[in-house]
Amino acid sequence: MEEVILSLKGIEKSFGEGDVLACIDLDVRKGEFVTLLGSSGCGKTTTLRIIAGLETPDAGRVVLNGQDVTDLSPERRNVNTVFQNYALFPHMNVEKNVAYGLRVRGVSKAETRERVAQMLRLVQMENFAKRMPSQLSGGQRQRIAIARALCCNPALLLLDEPLGALDLQLRRQMQVELKRLQEKLGITFIYITHDQEEALGMSDRIAVMRDGRFEQIGTPQDIFERPATRYVAQFIGQSTLLDAQVESAADGVATLSCPDGQMRVSLARGALRPGEEATVCVRNERMRASASPVEGFTLAGTVNLNRYAAGALMTHVTLPSGLDVAAVAAGGLEDAPAVGSRAYLYWDPAQASVVGGASHVRG
Amino acid sequence: MKKRRKIFSPVYMTLLLIAMYLPIVMVVIYSFNAGRTIGAWQGFTTMWYDRLLQNALMGDALKNSLVLAAWSVALAGVIGTLGAIGMAKSHFRGKGALETLSTLPMMIPEIILGMAYLVIFSAVGIPLGMPTLVVTHMTFCVPYVYINVSSRLVGMDPSVEEAARDLGAGPWRVLLDITLPLVAPAVASGMLLALAMSLDDVIISFFVTGATTTTLPLKVYTGLRNGGTPEINALCTLLLGAVFVLVSLAQLWQARQRRRQARDREQANRNQPDRA
Repeated sequence: MEEVILSLKGIEKSFGEGDVLACIDLDVRKGEFVTLLGSSGCGKTTTLRIIAGLETPDAGRVVLNGQDVTDLSPERRNVNTVFQNYALFPHMNVEKNVAYGLRVRGVSKAETRERVAQMLRLVQMENFAKRMPSQLSGGQRQRIAIARALCCNPALLLLDEPLGALDLQLRRQMQVELKRLQEKLGITFIYITHDQEEALGMSDRIAVMRDGRFEQIGTPQDIFERPATRYVAQFIGQSTLLDAQVESAADGVATLSCPDGQMRVSLARGALRPGEEATVCVRNERMRASASPVEGFTLAGTVNLNRYAAGALMTHVTLPSGLDVAAVAAGGLEDAPAVGSRAYLYWDPAQASVVGGASHVRG
Repeated sequence: MKKRRKIFSPVYMTLLLIAMYLPIVMVVIYSFNAGRTIGAWQGFTTMWYDRLLQNALMGDALKNSLVLAAWSVALAGVIGTLGAIGMAKSHFRGKGALETLSTLPMMIPEIILGMAYLVIFSAVGIPLGMPTLVVTHMTFCVPYVYINVSSRLVGMDPSVEEAARDLGAGPWRVLLDITLPLVAPAVASGMLLALAMSLDDVIISFFVTGATTTTLPLKVYTGLRNGGTPEINALCTLLLGAVFVLVSLAQLWQARQRRRQARDREQANRNQPDRA
């Protein structure tokens, strides 16, 4: 077991009207890249501010490197933050911004100079040392904010939607750069975003948050392939959810039925017992639409739209219950079922998942 | 219709400017008049300026005005700035009411303020003089600093101060390194306004000044009451000149700031190597 660097134990917080955080538990291991993912208002920024010491939790403990820091003020924690809007000091130049943490600690001038130069090289901003923040573009300010936060060599770096203000192209580039930087330095990152693509592409683990709770904590693959709850399934990627009843379970495969027809799910994806209700989740990328029936599946509907989507043809099928399902045309681009024709939906039973209701998770 | 409107606005502007500046221009012109009365030009002279500069009482009045303004504006600067910072950081019931109360002296008629101070000073038995002048001037100067600094703090991103704490600075360090430098321009402009208010105050000073302490505006006022001399015109002209220079400097400084900001923005837009 790797060393745990940060533990959140039963954190609760409310700001007058309603709970913002309800019982947050999370263990972060040394060197890990953990992302808190959720829509705005889910409590992810509050969680980060509690770790930084900028908010005090109503209940629960924050343990950093084995030390309880819950009641420690932010300046006494070996944690640094990259703020959403960078929060550079507008009256100091780049060099002084980056050096500020060292200056406060009373580090010698020579050592500070060397360390600042090293940090600026790290973020490829060594030619901008004398510039003022107002003379920098968004991406450049971002780099300086990162250099400033890393300068004091924190045990933990907190990043609050650091790429939120950048345009898409620059954002993609910075995602890769940040990930490389994190692996090179081996510093633990706790990263906040509402962008699921960003979370999936950068994290070692993702904690999906909703209404001040963790819905699911797991690797990007876990979260994507095996969403634990209906919310996670809908929030991350696009998928079809079918409420069905288990008819039989044998030979590692369960057969389920819903008003629109029959389907199969591998038992490796969930312990399904006959008679149970279950919600089956199939990713759009895993859903297939074929012109002829496939064994074990009787979900048939009418094709209402074919559209080209990055390398595949997405066929939209309306089921008798009125549900619109997006699926990949099984035959490829050429012989997709025509609009108005009948199509049969199916999938690899090992690639569907069974989701439960909301539950409290520990990470 | 169209034609009439074109005539109307220049006429309107001219009348307005005449109404505003004619009396001032008259004062300036007659400060160079050899005769003693306004309205009868009797030849050019700079005699009144010579007399003014030789007048020791005028020198004392000027010195008093400057000392008074320096003390009251400096004290108001400290009190107003710390008050605004403290208020911005605290949240309590009745905060809005307290804020209104602390800026109310700006709205209260000066004559009432002056009288109220006189009453309290004589009730407590404090002798009138420079100390009482400083206390009263400071009191009406505080709101100017307070309002300026408060509005600057409202527009400031709180995460800048949080970033400093996050980097290891304690509350005092944040105040000295971050908050004060960022509000400094607002403190300066608030103090400048307060300076103008203190320097030209007659009514409040009239109530709380002692028999031996006279400020420049009081001197002008009493001088006029005793019939008025061209010396007073000369004094007003000098004061006008000083104001004109100060205002011009402030305008030039602002224009330079604006140009610099525009240049920074342009530069920030231009250098985007991160886009390459």
